[in-house]
Amino acid sequence: MTRQVAVIGAGTTGFRATTPDVSYREMTYEAAKKAYLDAGVEPKEIGAFVATSEDFVEGYSIADEYAPDQLGAALKSLYTVPGDFIQAMGSAVMMLKSGLYDIVAVQGLSKASNMLTKAYLTEFALDPIYNRPLKQHPDYIAGMEMNRYLFETGTTREECAQVVVKNKRNAMFNPLAAHACDLTLDYVLEAEMVAYPLSELDIAPYSDGAVVIVLAAGETAKALSDKPVWVRGVGWCSDSPTLETRDWGQAMYASLAAEMAYKMAGIKSPRSEINFVELNDEFSYKELQHLEALRLCNPGEAGVLTMDGATEISGSLPVNASGGCLGVGNLFECTGGQKVLDVVLQLRGEAGRNQLKNVSTGLAMGWRGLPTTTGAVAILSN
Amino acid sequence: MLDADLIAKTATKLSLKEIQEGKVLSVKDKPNLKYAWDNGVAIGRYLAELKEGRIIGKKCHSCKRVLVPPRLFCELCWRPTDEWTYVQDTGTILTFVISHVNWDASRVKRGQRYHTPAVIELDGAGKDQGILHLIDEIDPKDIKIGQKVQAVWKKPEERTGSITDIKYFRVIKK
Amino acid sequence: MGLRKVAIVGAGLTKFHRYAQETPKELAYEATKMALDSCEMTLDDIDSVCLGTAPDAFDGVHMKGEYLSDGAGGFRKPYMRHFVGGGTGVMSPIHGWFHVASGMFDTCLVVAEEKMSSAFPHPAGAFLTIFDHTTEQPLYPTLIWIFAIEMHRFMHKYGYTKKDIAQVAVKNKANALFHPSAQLGAKITVEDVLNSEVMAYPVNRMDISPTSDGAAAIVLASEEVARRVTEKPIWIDGIGYCLDSAYWCNRDLYYPDYVEIAARQAYDMAGIKEPSKEIHIAEPYDPFTYKELHHIEGLMLCKRGESVKMLLDGVTQRDGNLPCCPSGGALGVGNPIAATGLMKIIEIFLQLREEAGERQVPGQPTCGLAQAWGDLMQVGTVVVMRS
Repeated sequence: MTRQVAVIGAGTTGFRATTPDVSYREMTYEAAKKAYLDAGVEPKEIGAFVATSEDFVEGYSIADEYAPDQLGAALKSLYTVPGDFIQAMGSAVMMLKSGLYDIVAVQGLSKASNMLTKAYLTEFALDPIYNRPLKQHPDYIAGMEMNRYLFETGTTREECAQVVVKNKRNAMFNPLAAHACDLTLDYVLEAEMVAYPLSELDIAPYSDGAVVIVLAAGETAKALSDKPVWVRGVGWCSDSPTLETRDWGQAMYASLAAEMAYKMAGIKSPRSEINFVELNDEFSYKELQHLEALRLCNPGEAGVLTMDGATEISGSLPVNASGGCLGVGNLFECTGGQKVLDVVLQLRGEAGRNQLKNVSTGLAMGWRGLPTTTGAVAILSN
Repeated sequence: MLDADLIAKTATKLSLKEIQEGKVLSVKDKPNLKYAWDNGVAIGRYLAELKEGRIIGKKCHSCKRVLVPPRLFCELCWRPTDEWTYVQDTGTILTFVISHVNWDASRVKRGQRYHTPAVIELDGAGKDQGILHLIDEIDPKDIKIGQKVQAVWKKPEERTGSITDIKYFRVIKK
Repeated sequence: MGLRKVAIVGAGLTKFHRYAQETPKELAYEATKMALDSCEMTLDDIDSVCLGTAPDAFDGVHMKGEYLSDGAGGFRKPYMRHFVGGGTGVMSPIHGWFHVASGMFDTCLVVAEEKMSSAFPHPAGAFLTIFDHTTEQPLYPTLIWIFAIEMHRFMHKYGYTKKDIAQVAVKNKANALFHPSAQLGAKITVEDVLNSEVMAYPVNRMDISPTSDGAAAIVLASEEVARRVTEKPIWIDGIGYCLDSAYWCNRDLYYPDYVEIAARQAYDMAGIKEPSKEIHIAEPYDPFTYKELHHIEGLMLCKRGESVKMLLDGVTQRDGNLPCCPSGGALGVGNPIAATGLMKIIEIFLQLREEAGERQVPGQPTCGLAQAWGDLMQVGTVVVMRS
């Protein structure tokens, strides 16, 4: 009989384009304090902590050194997962299911505004021998993938642009979002090209912010929370890291991660069992590609569903009601954390103006961004 | 179980010379990574005070420490810290080192002074509350744990709001 | 409380070199292939992969974990990286343990890789960036400073001498002569250590382990799979890890509290009450000579202040009562940070299976421990294994 795991607390600072008034330590402390208060636990009751960060995003080496203090984890069990928040959450789920811990906290943080040369940062993740010497602005990788995706599925630039319109407008009523705006489809289609067919407005801007969640297992979860959000399934997968050998049209990593999560959750037909989704849309076409990869619609259908309004807040399968990356911001490793946070808020009925009605099962999906093919999925229910 | 022959084949030994002389093909790269870290409330005040020639900390009423550099929360008590408190720019050497190497592992040149970093317990901060800084104006051989030191500051117009506004600490002779 | 049993069933290790020609992916591949071959498994038998590697700054690739994933067998698999600086190599089997103990996976391939030589001219420069960027980096510190500070405090506290501590290097480099991966196995003397150039008093060059390129891998399996695959599964009976505050100037460095706390976690889980008696063989992390002693005390394998006596009495020699670093340790085999920790795990694995060849410790040990350390004198990771 395997232990059930639930989210019993969540805290965030909210997301803004810049946060010059607070250091990363102060931001994380705020998110952690809120999460622990929400969960009704003190740090000393938390068995272990999992942080997420990448050295070069933060700008110092061995970034895990600077994780414990602000989480109340000094002299406790903590390690870092250089990966998406949902992968770290996957680790926490494993830790809780092992029986060794009853409560585990997961932390994600973005100080994207402090990283001044982001294109060079992404370039530094490319293969140093085969790809970096080409000295191209790395968004070309997304442009190439978008091109292939449109070609293979018949999806159009208009359908991608509609994703931008929808998500940025959803963000208007999300008080945590940083990049809300009300655009028309034509306006988005006329945006300047960056790497054809990818235009400026197809790319999510960055945000700063921190998210901390507290997970508990079995009886502890029930005892501590009257609104536990059950983690029914979690999955993660990495496809080929090299540009030369990857599948450019499909997001295999998302399909395989979802498969693992669906199996764990006992979900046989995702389309009817998943009520809403928060997924990575840091490039507009990614929302459509990911939706299809998660088997929530057929290849080529995602764009059609979007134009039909099915993925709007009022639609049959709301996608990114929070505003997604396009509306809230790209948070580097914490991006998946924003997805999980919003799924939790929806399932607890705490999503404010954008609250979805009658939802019981949500899916949060993360992708690590360029140039990776790594994704993770979490399925939560109330 | 570890097969020595198999292991020998797993990695090919090269020498620095072979790489530098181009006997092996290699690719060079230098990252262009720039950052501007937000100091936040606590460190922001710390640096601003350093510019004025003062060292400021923040007190935690629970563990009674004065935290330098200041933080908005005490990491041991897990609570927000209390009042801002100035500490003196004098202190005691808790420990120190005589380093013959620079930060990049190159050796200190002949004739140049060895580096002597130290952990200094500032007066007013509390037992074992140290900061990292450098000691100078003394032969490294004469430095001892327990000696009293005094900060030597840059001229006011040269200060920029950095830990280097204190040039170094010097040993106070009794 | 029923924790699922997890065993190590296979291992692979590359040769450690100061400069290896192979790319990081290739090094990871070599170790991984060897580990799978050693237990006659293929990637198809592997349900999950986790990888440990220390700062990206060494290899010069951002998101190094992604870059390494295909070399480590992570293609189209659940693949995740974990990171605790120098403690990573022993965190690796712990992260792997979570995978299998959770019941979500029956097998986990655990890989650790490091290519420090990519950082030119010397990886030491990369360590500048582990210090606080605002309050410490402007002083241009180097990690050697903190090591020297810690060594100084340790010696000062107990009256240890450099002469005594140097014996650790003599022991480990001699042990390494029989390790097939060793970079620097050699017969040296205490004088060699004391006469080597001073880096930062009291640390001399030969007190420090060499930077290296190398990779290691192990295969973890649930009990059912383990018993099918090997006659000698080695069980992971205890795990512990602990990370101290980043404010290292507020701590007295003479004693590693974080190692003791991690050790206690591991001993509790393994049901060990008297570690100095119940642990037959240990691989504490020895990036510097005095570190082996510092960690032996933190692991409570002797009373505080008695580690030097233990060393001088020959207790930690290969034929002593509690052999420490029979592999040759980081000092003798090499220190490709994350791979070193996993190399130590592999050493205990082999020793408990009586497969350590000329390094074999006599007396049929049945319980061993490996430990790693890292960050700003901050993290301790401990794994207790039994046959």
